[in-house]
Amino acid sequence: MSFRYLPMTETDKKEMLDTIGIQSTEELFQDIPEKVRFKGRLNIKEATSEPELTQELKALADQNVNVKSHTSFLGAGVYDHYIPSIVDHVISRSEFYTAYTPYQPEISQGELQAIFEFQTMICELTGMEVSNSSMYDGGTALAEAVNLSAGQTKKKKVIVSKAIHPESMDVIKTYAKGFDLEIVEINHKNGLTDLVALEAALDDETASVVIQYPNFFGQIEPLQEVQKLLENAKKAMFIVSSNPLALGYLTPPAVFGADIVTGDAQVFGIPAQFGGPHCGYFATTKKLMRKVPGRLVGQTVDEEGQRGFVLTLQAREQHIRRDKATSNICSNQALNALAASVAMTALGKKGIKEMAYMNMQKARYAKSTFEKAGFEIAFDGPFFNEFVVRCKKDVSAINDELVNKGIIGGLNLRKMDPSMTDQMLVAVTELRTKAEIDQFVKELSDING
Amino acid sequence: MANEKNYPLIFELSKEGRIGYSLPELDVPEVDLTQELGTEYVRHIEPDLPEVSELQIMRHYTGLSRRNHGVDSGFYPLGSCTMKYNPKINEDVARFEGFSFVHPLQEEKTAQGALALMYDLQTSLQEITGMHEVTLQPAAGAHGEWTGLMMIRAFHESNGDFNRTKVIVPDSAHGTNPASATVAGFESVTVKSDERGLVDLDDLRRVVGSDTAALMLTNPNTLGLFEEHILEMASIVHEAGGRLYYDGANLNAILGYTRPGDMGFDVVHLNLHKTFTGPHGGGGPGSGPVGVSKELAPFLPKPVLTKNKQGYFFDYDRPNSIGRVKPYYGNFGINVRAYTYIRTMGPDGLKQVSEYAVLNANYMMRRLQSEFDLPFKQHCKHEFVLSGKNQKKLGVRTLDIAKRLLDFGYHPPTIYFPLNVEEALMIEPTETESKETLDEFIDAMLQIAKEARENPEIVQEAPHTTVINRLDETLAARKPVLRYEKDNIE
Repeated sequence: MSFRYLPMTETDKKEMLDTIGIQSTEELFQDIPEKVRFKGRLNIKEATSEPELTQELKALADQNVNVKSHTSFLGAGVYDHYIPSIVDHVISRSEFYTAYTPYQPEISQGELQAIFEFQTMICELTGMEVSNSSMYDGGTALAEAVNLSAGQTKKKKVIVSKAIHPESMDVIKTYAKGFDLEIVEINHKNGLTDLVALEAALDDETASVVIQYPNFFGQIEPLQEVQKLLENAKKAMFIVSSNPLALGYLTPPAVFGADIVTGDAQVFGIPAQFGGPHCGYFATTKKLMRKVPGRLVGQTVDEEGQRGFVLTLQAREQHIRRDKATSNICSNQALNALAASVAMTALGKKGIKEMAYMNMQKARYAKSTFEKAGFEIAFDGPFFNEFVVRCKKDVSAINDELVNKGIIGGLNLRKMDPSMTDQMLVAVTELRTKAEIDQFVKELSDING
Repeated sequence: MANEKNYPLIFELSKEGRIGYSLPELDVPEVDLTQELGTEYVRHIEPDLPEVSELQIMRHYTGLSRRNHGVDSGFYPLGSCTMKYNPKINEDVARFEGFSFVHPLQEEKTAQGALALMYDLQTSLQEITGMHEVTLQPAAGAHGEWTGLMMIRAFHESNGDFNRTKVIVPDSAHGTNPASATVAGFESVTVKSDERGLVDLDDLRRVVGSDTAALMLTNPNTLGLFEEHILEMASIVHEAGGRLYYDGANLNAILGYTRPGDMGFDVVHLNLHKTFTGPHGGGGPGSGPVGVSKELAPFLPKPVLTKNKQGYFFDYDRPNSIGRVKPYYGNFGINVRAYTYIRTMGPDGLKQVSEYAVLNANYMMRRLQSEFDLPFKQHCKHEFVLSGKNQKKLGVRTLDIAKRLLDFGYHPPTIYFPLNVEEALMIEPTETESKETLDEFIDAMLQIAKEARENPEIVQEAPHTTVINRLDETLAARKPVLRYEKDNIE
């Protein structure tokens, strides 16, 4: 049977076998012990032709409700934002997507320079001095930051706000087991990290404090207050997880003394994709530059003094340092970092602020519309583009009805925290129109009764 | 444009007032945000992002792409990376709105198509690897390694065995193996290779003990050689109470010929971006599913995708789980591509993949051994390692050979790895290349060997045709410039 990805003909094969000096390719597998040789035929589906497979998988895709088929008010870490058309055109250039890590700089200047530009944009948004070339996602980036803080301070205690994304919290806890770290969770109060509890937990044994800004409930944590508390625990590092779009309007964490800022650039040009691939980012200070996980691109010159870019400070990385590396990360999310770069470039200085501003205005309109319809909003502090609506019924039951009306409702918070019953985390991005918001509130009122 | 010297940064094209986006008018009444937030939380210094038009952006990135080499540009025999063709149907399928625009937290019953695909992929990977259960959660190979080691750690600890602190890795192992061991809280111990490039069984017996948590092994190993004594190795490690970890980086060599589960491995990670054609993306995203034996299944990261009469769902009730290793469910977009590929090839196609990957490597190896030192003489699997030591005697280093290959339009092989071969050149042709391509590359290599004898300068001073010459990596590391700043670039 022939396959379109396999170009060898029978003649080719014969010539090659002759060159090797063997009769059949089976001889090349004789070193596999008889006992472990697989004798059967793999029990997987038969090969399928291109048109048939395309049709079948299209039908499978069409079974899924998605943010294009429905109007979405679901966020909770993954958002439905404007993706400039240009993004997919750029990342579809196969010189980018069929390349590997730019280990040979002379023929990888395109990728290297694109990453250098990405690093610069992340520094600009977060206010930090150094950014790496990407991490798997916001959750693992945050977990790596926690590990770094423990290694740097030689302390094992990490204080984490429970107002961070619950799945990031889970990932932090799994990573923490590797280094036997103690994770101290701080409750939230009225949607914000309980600073009294935080102050009580902070001591000289603290490696770091982890806060999300805006937090999981959309609330803008008072980083300035946290910074003040940290003055009493001099060794503790300040780690902030941040939605980078929000930083188009909000004061960047660097201003409040953050040592490490992480997050996910999915908001810039990357579709939801059922949770991945997205694009973690990791930004820090020059002081910690040599401890950064993952790849860094640096500027240098060639023999003629021409500007060029290379992977640098590789003594941190697994392929050089092996067991002494600062992290085991190898493949990261380079193509997604490229997508985010293109989107950030398209938005530019003006667009990023405008888009962040639109999110805030639309979310405020939605919130006040809910209030006018008689809903209670759970938390009343300053927020970005998400807020929590109290309902009278189980949110999943409400969402089942909403989806029939063409709407993906907000997150059922009970799924993340069993004590948060009948509360919906609603996200309103720049893509939601006034009419869609009005419709959403009306449908939700009708279902809620 | 692509050959332009000092190709501009996007920031250098910026001019105040230009835009590259289009957002709708705000259609809701505006409220005063500064009053709500307080001035300290409203950004005062704007991020200095570029101000450029859409065409400028497209030209900029098109120019950059022309300064980059991908598999579609030309042959890319980068050993251990499996730079095979990335099928275009995969890209189309992954972009179906019903896959690319599904939110991970929407109600499960509204994403049954996505879950069905994931479930079928898990099942296919179980069959291909001979493992009991598979998780798709890890984002890349190294992430899978760490996930697998955390499971092995949890397994030992569940037996009340807290003294298994060591992970054994061969001297030829990928750097991620010892690094993953460290991040999982283990100490790594190296086991030597013998004169045939295989794990030295006596040395393995010496390092194995009651403190052994696991042996991490790539099979075929990074020299492209099959560890023939795998069953003895498995019993040495198992008898000592350790577990066997399979690094699936080289799975492309054995599809349908043998399975890690049948060789005695307890945990396996796969690189879907290698064997199963997820594109490498310039360094990611990858996908690193992990398969386990029945004994280790309780420790899988949660949630675990499963099904009942109502349909597919995520099971969070996994009391022995190591916990979550990634938000959501893995790099779904890459998993869609891998699934599309597996469905395209079927059982016979996948076996042919390995047949040709191995045939191609052996053919190249035999033709190149006339000029290049071949440290291990037996048949190889999907890749082989040459030593540049003959050329080094002539003053031409492996790095020079790699750079000279750029002039012929090739991406060089992996160089100076594995570490146990002097001046190593690690070549992996993959099964998707034609014989003509292999022959042309072989001719280029033989030509370079000739040049090394007759005209070494041309090799030592290579590359001659690239947009940039050899770069000063020492300067980059000594005075790191990791971002653009208006002041530090003349």
